[in-house]
Amino acid sequence: MTAPALQTTRRCPYAPPDEHTRIRDSDSGISQVTLPSGQVAWAMGRLEHIRAMLTDPRFSSDRRHPNFPRFTREQPAFDLMRPSLIQLDPPDHGPARKAVVGEFTVRRMAGLRPRIQQIVGEHIDALLAGPRPTDLVQALSLPVPSLVICEQLGVPYGDHEFFQRNSSALLSRTTTPEGRRQAVTNLRDYLRELIAAKTADPADDLLGRQLAQGSDPEDVLSLAFLLLIAGHETTANMISLGVVTLLERPGELAALREDPARTLPAIEELLRVYTIAEFANSRVAIEDVEIGGVTIRAGDPVLALSNAANHDPSAFDEAEEIKLDRGARNHVAFGFGIHQCLGQNLARMELQIVFDTLFRRIPTLRLATPADALPYKNDAFVYGIHELPVTWEDPA
Amino acid sequence: MTEIVADAGRCVGAGQCVLTDPDAFDQSDEDGTVVLLQAVPADDEALKRAQIAVEICPSRALSLTD
Repeated sequence: MTAPALQTTRRCPYAPPDEHTRIRDSDSGISQVTLPSGQVAWAMGRLEHIRAMLTDPRFSSDRRHPNFPRFTREQPAFDLMRPSLIQLDPPDHGPARKAVVGEFTVRRMAGLRPRIQQIVGEHIDALLAGPRPTDLVQALSLPVPSLVICEQLGVPYGDHEFFQRNSSALLSRTTTPEGRRQAVTNLRDYLRELIAAKTADPADDLLGRQLAQGSDPEDVLSLAFLLLIAGHETTANMISLGVVTLLERPGELAALREDPARTLPAIEELLRVYTIAEFANSRVAIEDVEIGGVTIRAGDPVLALSNAANHDPSAFDEAEEIKLDRGARNHVAFGFGIHQCLGQNLARMELQIVFDTLFRRIPTLRLATPADALPYKNDAFVYGIHELPVTWEDPA
Repeated sequence: MTEIVADAGRCVGAGQCVLTDPDAFDQSDEDGTVVLLQAVPADDEALKRAQIAVEICPSRALSLTD
Protein backbone atom coordinates (compact mmCIF):
# COMPACT_ATOMS: atom_id res chain seq x y z
CA MET A 1 0.00 0.00 0.00
CA THR A 2 1.32 3.45 -0.87
CA ALA A 3 1.55 5.89 2.02
CA PRO A 4 -0.70 8.95 1.53
CA ALA A 5 0.92 12.27 0.65
CA LEU A 6 1.67 14.50 3.63
CA GLN A 7 -0.94 17.23 3.97
CA THR A 8 0.34 20.70 4.83
CA THR A 9 -2.73 22.96 4.59
CA ARG A 10 -4.13 23.74 8.02
CA ARG A 11 -7.81 23.29 8.76
CA CYS A 12 -7.78 26.79 10.23
CA PRO A 13 -4.85 29.05 11.14
CA TYR A 14 -4.17 27.21 14.38
CA ALA A 15 -5.59 23.77 13.70
CA PRO A 16 -3.45 21.10 12.06
CA PRO A 17 -4.68 19.35 8.91
CA ASP A 18 -7.28 16.65 9.75
CA GLU A 19 -4.83 14.02 8.52
CA HIS A 20 -2.33 14.97 11.27
CA THR A 21 -5.04 14.80 13.93
CA ARG A 22 -6.14 11.37 12.63
CA ILE A 23 -2.57 10.04 12.81
CA ARG A 24 -2.18 11.40 16.35
CA ASP A 25 -5.46 9.88 17.52
CA SER A 26 -4.89 6.47 15.86
CA ASP A 27 -4.00 3.44 18.03
CA SER A 28 -0.24 3.83 17.63
CA GLY A 29 -0.15 7.61 17.02
CA ILE A 30 2.34 6.92 14.23
CA SER A 31 1.78 6.39 10.53
CA GLN A 32 3.64 6.50 7.23
CA VAL A 33 3.27 9.43 4.82
CA THR A 34 4.84 10.29 1.48
CA LEU A 35 6.83 13.54 1.48
CA PRO A 36 7.07 15.95 -1.48
CA SER A 37 10.52 14.42 -2.11
CA GLY A 38 8.91 11.01 -2.71
CA GLN A 39 10.40 9.66 0.55
CA VAL A 40 8.14 7.59 2.77
CA ALA A 41 8.52 8.85 6.35
CA TRP A 42 7.10 7.92 9.74
CA ALA A 43 4.89 10.74 11.01
CA MET A 44 4.28 10.92 14.75
CA GLY A 45 1.54 13.06 16.24
CA ARG A 46 1.67 12.57 20.02
CA LEU A 47 3.56 14.89 22.29
CA GLU A 48 4.92 12.03 24.41
CA HIS A 49 6.37 10.23 21.36
CA ILE A 50 7.87 13.38 19.91
CA ARG A 51 9.56 14.33 23.17
CA ALA A 52 10.95 10.79 23.40
CA MET A 53 12.17 10.88 19.79
CA LEU A 54 13.82 14.29 20.12
CA THR A 55 15.78 13.24 23.23
CA ASP A 56 16.90 9.88 21.80
CA PRO A 57 20.41 9.82 20.28
CA ARG A 58 19.30 6.99 17.97
CA PHE A 59 17.62 9.70 15.87
CA SER A 60 20.01 11.89 13.90
CA SER A 61 19.81 15.52 12.75
CA ASP A 62 22.36 14.95 9.97
CA ARG A 63 20.71 16.48 6.93
CA ARG A 64 23.38 14.93 4.73
CA HIS A 65 22.03 11.48 5.51
CA PRO A 66 20.41 10.38 2.22
CA ASN A 67 17.20 9.44 4.08
CA PHE A 68 16.82 12.64 6.12
CA PRO A 69 13.23 13.91 5.51
CA ARG A 70 13.05 16.49 2.70
CA PHE A 71 10.13 18.79 1.95
CA THR A 72 11.32 19.75 -1.51
CA ARG A 73 12.09 17.62 -4.55
CA GLU A 74 15.73 18.69 -4.71
CA GLN A 75 18.59 17.76 -2.39
CA PRO A 76 19.56 20.70 -0.20
CA ALA A 77 22.69 22.54 -1.41
CA PHE A 78 25.14 20.93 1.04
CA ASP A 79 28.14 21.84 -1.07
CA LEU A 80 27.57 25.54 -0.40
CA MET A 81 28.28 25.66 3.33
CA ARG A 82 29.46 23.59 6.28
CA PRO A 83 26.79 22.02 8.50
CA SER A 84 25.37 24.40 11.09
CA LEU A 85 24.35 23.62 14.69
CA ILE A 86 20.96 22.19 13.77
CA GLN A 87 22.61 19.57 11.55
CA LEU A 88 25.11 18.28 14.12
CA ASP A 89 24.75 15.17 16.27
CA PRO A 90 26.66 14.39 19.47
CA PRO A 91 29.56 14.52 20.12
CA ASP A 92 30.10 17.41 17.65
CA HIS A 93 26.95 19.28 18.66
CA GLY A 94 27.67 19.98 22.35
CA PRO A 95 30.89 22.00 22.00
CA ALA A 96 29.49 23.88 18.98
CA ARG A 97 26.34 24.89 20.86
CA LYS A 98 28.23 25.79 24.03
CA ALA A 99 30.49 28.07 21.98
CA VAL A 100 27.51 30.31 21.20
CA VAL A 101 24.72 29.68 23.73
CA GLY A 102 26.35 32.08 26.22
CA GLU A 103 25.19 34.81 23.82
CA PHE A 104 21.55 33.80 24.38
CA THR A 105 21.22 33.29 28.14
CA VAL A 106 18.22 34.71 29.95
CA ARG A 107 20.54 37.33 31.51
CA ARG A 108 22.05 38.38 28.18
CA MET A 109 18.58 38.71 26.71
CA ALA A 110 17.48 40.92 29.62
CA GLY A 111 20.43 43.16 28.79
CA LEU A 112 19.00 43.69 25.29
CA ARG A 113 15.61 44.77 26.64
CA PRO A 114 16.18 48.57 26.67
CA ARG A 115 17.42 48.59 23.07
CA ILE A 116 14.55 46.37 21.87
CA GLN A 117 12.07 48.60 23.71
CA GLN A 118 13.57 51.59 21.90
CA ILE A 119 13.35 49.87 18.49
CA VAL A 120 9.72 48.91 19.09
CA GLY A 121 8.88 52.45 20.28
CA GLU A 122 10.41 54.03 17.18
CA HIS A 123 8.53 51.72 14.85
CA ILE A 124 5.23 52.46 16.59
CA ASP A 125 5.97 56.21 16.33
CA ALA A 126 6.47 55.76 12.59
CA LEU A 127 3.33 53.64 12.31
CA LEU A 128 1.23 56.34 14.03
CA ALA A 129 2.70 59.03 11.80
CA GLY A 130 1.88 57.07 8.64
CA PRO A 131 -1.25 56.37 6.58
CA ARG A 132 -4.22 54.22 7.64
CA PRO A 133 -4.83 51.39 7.06
CA THR A 134 -1.31 50.07 6.95
CA ASP A 135 0.36 46.67 6.73
CA LEU A 136 1.58 45.74 10.21
CA VAL A 137 3.89 43.05 8.78
CA GLN A 138 6.02 45.67 7.00
CA ALA A 139 5.59 48.36 9.65
CA LEU A 140 6.37 46.31 12.76
CA SER A 141 6.34 42.50 12.63
CA LEU A 142 9.26 42.14 10.22
CA PRO A 143 11.51 45.14 10.90
CA VAL A 144 11.69 44.69 14.69
CA PRO A 145 13.14 41.15 14.79
CA SER A 146 15.23 41.84 11.67
CA LEU A 147 16.82 44.89 13.24
CA VAL A 148 17.39 43.08 16.53
CA ILE A 149 19.11 40.06 14.97
CA CYS A 150 21.17 42.27 12.64
CA GLU A 151 22.44 44.36 15.56
CA GLN A 152 23.14 41.29 17.65
CA LEU A 153 25.09 39.54 14.90
CA GLY A 154 26.73 42.70 13.61
CA VAL A 155 25.10 42.65 10.17
CA PRO A 156 24.33 46.05 8.58
CA TYR A 157 20.56 46.57 8.76
CA GLY A 158 20.76 48.68 5.61
CA ASP A 159 20.94 45.38 3.74
CA HIS A 160 17.76 43.97 5.27
CA GLU A 161 15.78 44.07 2.01
CA PHE A 162 18.38 41.77 0.54
CA PHE A 163 18.01 39.31 3.45
CA GLN A 164 14.27 39.55 3.38
CA ARG A 165 14.06 38.78 -0.32
CA ASN A 166 16.46 35.86 -0.14
CA SER A 167 15.15 34.31 3.07
CA SER A 168 11.56 34.52 1.76
CA ALA A 169 12.65 32.73 -1.41
CA LEU A 170 14.37 30.09 0.68
CA LEU A 171 11.31 29.49 2.90
CA SER A 172 8.68 29.47 0.15
CA ARG A 173 7.32 26.13 -1.01
CA THR A 174 6.89 27.56 -4.52
CA THR A 175 10.53 28.55 -5.13
CA THR A 176 12.26 26.49 -7.86
CA PRO A 177 15.30 24.38 -6.92
CA GLU A 178 17.51 26.80 -8.88
CA GLY A 179 15.93 29.77 -7.12
CA ARG A 180 16.51 28.23 -3.71
CA ARG A 181 20.13 27.47 -4.52
CA GLN A 182 20.64 31.01 -5.76
CA ALA A 183 19.12 32.48 -2.58
CA VAL A 184 21.47 30.40 -0.39
CA THR A 185 24.44 31.39 -2.57
CA ASN A 186 23.53 35.09 -2.35
CA LEU A 187 23.27 35.02 1.43
CA ARG A 188 26.41 32.93 1.81
CA ASP A 189 28.54 35.20 -0.38
CA TYR A 190 27.32 38.29 1.44
CA LEU A 191 28.00 36.80 4.89
CA ARG A 192 31.38 35.40 3.86
CA GLU A 193 32.51 38.86 2.80
CA LEU A 194 31.20 40.37 6.03
CA ILE A 195 33.02 37.75 8.12
CA ALA A 196 36.25 38.35 6.20
CA ALA A 197 35.93 42.05 7.04
CA LYS A 198 35.37 41.24 10.73
CA THR A 199 38.38 38.90 10.71
CA ALA A 200 40.54 41.74 9.42
CA ASP A 201 38.96 44.34 11.70
CA PRO A 202 37.51 42.68 14.86
CA ALA A 203 34.09 43.91 15.96
CA ASP A 204 32.37 43.60 19.34
CA ASP A 205 29.29 41.75 18.10
CA LEU A 206 28.24 38.11 18.11
CA LEU A 207 30.07 37.21 14.90
CA GLY A 208 33.14 39.22 15.94
CA ARG A 209 33.25 37.47 19.32
CA GLN A 210 32.95 34.03 17.69
CA LEU A 211 35.97 34.87 15.52
CA ALA A 212 37.85 36.33 18.50
CA GLN A 213 37.39 33.10 20.49
CA GLY A 214 39.06 31.21 17.67
CA SER A 215 36.09 29.75 15.75
CA ASP A 216 36.82 28.86 12.14
CA PRO A 217 35.42 31.58 9.83
CA GLU A 218 33.62 28.93 7.74
CA ASP A 219 31.85 27.65 10.88
CA VAL A 220 30.98 31.22 11.85
CA LEU A 221 29.52 31.59 8.35
CA SER A 222 27.18 28.61 8.84
CA LEU A 223 26.18 29.94 12.26
CA ALA A 224 25.50 33.43 10.86
CA PHE A 225 23.34 31.97 8.10
CA LEU A 226 21.34 29.90 10.59
CA LEU A 227 20.79 32.74 13.06
CA LEU A 228 19.88 35.25 10.38
CA ILE A 229 17.26 32.98 8.80
CA ALA A 230 15.94 31.66 12.12
CA GLY A 231 15.83 35.09 13.73
CA HIS A 232 14.22 36.85 10.81
CA GLU A 233 10.89 35.36 9.83
CA THR A 234 9.88 33.26 12.80
CA THR A 235 9.40 36.02 15.38
CA ALA A 236 7.84 38.22 12.69
CA ASN A 237 5.21 35.59 11.99
CA MET A 238 4.45 35.12 15.68
CA ILE A 239 4.02 38.89 16.13
CA SER A 240 1.47 39.02 13.29
CA LEU A 241 -0.43 35.90 14.37
CA GLY A 242 -0.43 37.06 17.99
CA VAL A 243 -1.79 40.50 17.12
CA VAL A 244 -4.65 38.94 15.14
CA THR A 245 -5.49 36.51 17.94
CA LEU A 246 -5.45 39.20 20.62
CA LEU A 247 -7.51 41.66 18.55
CA GLU A 248 -10.09 38.92 18.02
CA ARG A 249 -10.39 38.51 21.82
CA PRO A 250 -11.05 42.02 23.14
CA GLY A 251 -11.97 40.87 26.67
CA GLU A 252 -8.75 38.96 27.13
CA LEU A 253 -6.75 41.72 25.47
CA ALA A 254 -8.17 44.21 27.99
CA ALA A 255 -7.12 41.90 30.84
CA LEU A 256 -3.64 41.69 29.34
CA ARG A 257 -3.40 45.47 29.11
CA GLU A 258 -4.43 45.78 32.77
CA ASP A 259 -1.91 43.22 33.97
CA PRO A 260 1.34 42.80 32.00
CA ALA A 261 2.12 39.66 34.05
CA ARG A 262 -0.42 37.95 31.78
CA THR A 263 1.61 38.57 28.64
CA LEU A 264 4.25 35.83 29.00
CA PRO A 265 1.72 33.03 29.65
CA ALA A 266 -0.29 34.33 26.68
CA ILE A 267 2.83 34.13 24.51
CA GLU A 268 3.37 30.49 25.51
CA GLU A 269 -0.19 29.73 24.48
CA LEU A 270 0.22 31.52 21.14
CA LEU A 271 3.45 29.59 20.53
CA ARG A 272 1.63 26.34 21.30
CA VAL A 273 -1.47 26.87 19.21
CA TYR A 274 0.32 28.16 16.11
CA THR A 275 3.52 26.03 16.17
CA ILE A 276 4.78 27.98 13.15
CA ALA A 277 7.90 25.89 12.48
CA GLU A 278 5.96 22.64 12.70
CA PHE A 279 8.20 20.52 10.49
CA ALA A 280 11.52 21.63 12.00
CA ASN A 281 11.50 18.57 14.29
CA SER A 282 12.52 16.00 11.66
CA ARG A 283 15.09 13.26 12.14
CA VAL A 284 16.44 10.07 10.58
CA ALA A 285 16.75 6.87 12.64
CA ILE A 286 20.30 5.52 12.80
CA GLU A 287 19.34 2.40 14.81
CA ASP A 288 16.15 0.38 15.12
CA VAL A 289 13.85 2.05 17.68
CA GLU A 290 10.43 1.04 18.97
CA ILE A 291 8.03 3.90 19.69
CA GLY A 292 4.29 3.50 20.27
CA GLY A 293 4.50 -0.20 19.44
CA VAL A 294 5.91 0.61 15.98
CA THR A 295 9.42 -0.46 15.02
CA ILE A 296 11.24 2.33 13.23
CA ARG A 297 14.17 0.84 11.31
CA ALA A 298 17.65 2.30 11.04
CA GLY A 299 17.59 4.58 8.00
CA ASP A 300 13.88 5.46 8.23
CA PRO A 301 12.99 9.16 7.92
CA VAL A 302 10.90 10.47 10.82
CA LEU A 303 8.67 13.51 10.98
CA ALA A 304 7.22 15.11 14.11
CA LEU A 305 3.73 16.49 13.48
CA SER A 306 4.53 19.17 16.03
CA ASN A 307 1.37 21.21 15.64
CA ALA A 308 -0.84 18.14 16.09
CA ALA A 309 1.26 17.23 19.15
CA ASN A 310 0.82 20.70 20.59
CA HIS A 311 -2.95 20.09 20.32
CA ASP A 312 -2.68 16.59 21.81
CA PRO A 313 -5.63 16.08 24.20
CA SER A 314 -3.58 13.65 26.30
CA ALA A 315 -1.08 16.46 27.02
CA PHE A 316 -3.30 19.56 27.22
CA ASP A 317 -6.80 20.00 28.68
CA GLU A 318 -9.22 21.25 26.03
CA ALA A 319 -6.26 21.26 23.69
CA GLU A 320 -8.22 22.80 20.81
CA GLU A 321 -9.11 25.89 22.85
CA ILE A 322 -6.93 28.99 23.00
CA LYS A 323 -6.59 29.76 26.72
CA LEU A 324 -4.29 32.70 27.11
CA ASP A 325 -3.80 32.02 30.83
CA ARG A 326 -3.01 28.31 30.34
CA GLY A 327 0.69 28.88 31.01
CA ALA A 328 1.73 25.43 29.70
CA ARG A 329 5.36 25.31 28.62
CA ASN A 330 5.61 21.61 27.78
CA HIS A 331 4.85 22.32 24.09
CA VAL A 332 7.35 21.65 21.31
CA ALA A 333 6.93 24.91 19.39
CA PHE A 334 10.65 25.59 19.95
CA GLY A 335 11.47 21.90 19.51
CA PHE A 336 12.79 19.65 22.26
CA GLY A 337 16.04 17.87 22.96
CA ILE A 338 19.52 19.22 22.39
CA HIS A 339 18.49 21.30 19.36
CA GLN A 340 15.74 23.27 21.12
CA CYS A 341 15.67 26.81 19.74
CA LEU A 342 18.76 28.79 20.71
CA GLY A 343 16.93 32.11 20.36
CA GLN A 344 13.74 31.19 22.23
CA ASN A 345 14.28 33.65 25.07
CA LEU A 346 15.04 36.42 22.61
CA ALA A 347 11.80 35.57 20.79
CA ARG A 348 9.79 35.58 24.03
CA MET A 349 11.17 38.97 24.99
CA GLU A 350 10.57 40.52 21.58
CA LEU A 351 6.98 39.27 21.57
CA GLN A 352 6.43 40.54 25.12
CA ILE A 353 7.76 44.01 24.36
CA VAL A 354 5.86 44.27 21.07
CA PHE A 355 2.48 43.16 22.48
CA ASP A 356 2.74 45.25 25.66
CA THR A 357 3.87 48.37 23.82
CA LEU A 358 1.62 48.11 20.76
CA PHE A 359 -1.65 47.64 22.65
CA ARG A 360 -0.75 50.30 25.23
CA ARG A 361 0.27 52.89 22.63
CA ILE A 362 -2.60 52.15 20.20
CA PRO A 363 -5.58 51.00 22.28
CA THR A 364 -7.96 51.42 19.31
CA LEU A 365 -5.92 49.20 16.99
CA ARG A 366 -8.14 46.95 14.86
CA LEU A 367 -7.99 44.70 11.82
CA ALA A 368 -8.77 46.42 8.52
CA THR A 369 -9.42 43.02 6.91
CA PRO A 370 -11.47 40.30 8.64
CA ALA A 371 -9.27 37.69 10.32
CA ASP A 372 -10.64 34.88 8.14
CA ALA A 373 -9.79 36.80 4.95
CA LEU A 374 -6.11 37.40 5.79
CA PRO A 375 -3.44 35.84 3.52
CA TYR A 376 -2.08 33.08 5.75
CA LYS A 377 1.17 31.38 4.72
CA ASN A 378 0.03 27.94 3.69
CA ASP A 379 2.69 28.21 0.98
CA ALA A 380 5.72 28.55 3.27
CA PHE A 381 7.78 26.26 5.48
CA VAL A 382 7.22 28.62 8.41
CA TYR A 383 3.56 29.50 9.04
CA GLY A 384 2.49 33.12 9.35
CA ILE A 385 0.67 35.93 7.55
CA HIS A 386 1.90 37.63 4.39
CA GLU A 387 0.11 40.93 5.01
CA LEU A 388 -1.83 42.30 7.99
CA PRO A 389 -3.82 45.48 7.28
CA VAL A 390 -4.63 47.36 10.50
CA THR A 391 -6.12 50.72 11.35
CA TRP A 392 -6.89 52.79 14.47
CA GLU A 393 -8.75 55.89 15.68
CA ASP A 394 -7.26 59.31 16.32
CA PRO A 395 -6.51 59.79 20.01
CA ALA A 396 -9.49 61.47 21.73
CA MET B 1 14.70 15.33 51.45
CA THR B 2 14.13 16.10 47.78
CA GLU B 3 17.05 17.70 46.07
CA ILE B 4 17.53 19.05 42.53
CA VAL B 5 20.38 17.48 40.58
CA ALA B 6 21.70 19.39 37.55
CA ASP B 7 24.04 17.85 34.97
CA ALA B 8 25.84 20.75 33.28
CA GLY B 9 27.43 18.27 30.88
CA ARG B 10 24.05 17.35 29.38
CA CYS B 11 22.72 20.94 29.54
CA VAL B 12 22.30 22.84 26.24
CA GLY B 13 21.62 26.24 27.80
CA ALA B 14 18.03 26.67 26.66
CA GLY B 15 17.34 28.59 29.89
CA GLN B 16 13.93 27.00 30.50
CA CYS B 17 14.79 26.32 34.15
CA VAL B 18 15.79 29.97 34.72
CA LEU B 19 12.45 31.07 33.30
CA THR B 20 10.70 28.63 35.63
CA ASP B 21 12.51 29.58 38.83
CA PRO B 22 15.25 32.22 38.76
CA ASP B 23 15.80 31.72 42.50
CA ALA B 24 16.82 28.10 41.99
CA PHE B 25 18.57 28.21 38.62
CA ASP B 26 21.04 30.40 36.78
CA GLN B 27 23.13 30.08 33.61
CA SER B 28 26.90 30.30 33.29
CA ASP B 29 28.01 33.43 31.45
CA GLU B 30 30.66 31.43 29.59
CA ASP B 31 28.74 28.57 28.05
CA GLY B 32 25.14 29.17 29.13
CA THR B 33 24.89 25.90 31.06
CA VAL B 34 22.91 25.46 34.25
CA VAL B 35 24.15 26.73 37.62
CA LEU B 36 22.19 25.52 40.62
CA LEU B 37 21.49 28.31 43.12
CA GLN B 38 19.18 26.42 45.46
CA ALA B 39 19.39 22.63 45.35
CA VAL B 40 16.80 22.00 48.07
CA PRO B 41 13.36 23.46 47.28
CA ALA B 42 12.41 25.68 50.21
CA ASP B 43 8.67 24.94 50.15
CA ASP B 44 5.93 23.18 48.20
CA GLU B 45 5.71 26.00 45.66
CA ALA B 46 9.44 25.79 44.98
CA LEU B 47 9.15 22.02 44.67
CA LYS B 48 6.35 22.41 42.11
CA ARG B 49 8.53 24.79 40.10
CA ALA B 50 11.41 22.32 40.29
CA GLN B 51 9.15 19.56 38.96
CA ILE B 52 8.12 21.75 36.04
CA ALA B 53 11.77 22.59 35.34
CA VAL B 54 12.63 18.88 35.28
CA GLU B 55 9.73 18.14 32.94
CA ILE B 56 10.46 20.87 30.41
CA CYS B 57 14.27 20.69 30.41
CA PRO B 58 14.92 19.85 26.73
CA SER B 59 18.18 17.98 27.32
CA ARG B 60 17.00 16.05 30.39
CA ALA B 61 19.79 17.62 32.42
CA LEU B 62 17.68 18.00 35.57
CA SER B 63 16.35 15.42 38.00
CA LEU B 64 15.00 15.22 41.56
CA THR B 65 16.26 12.86 44.23
CA ASP B 66 13.72 11.06 46.41
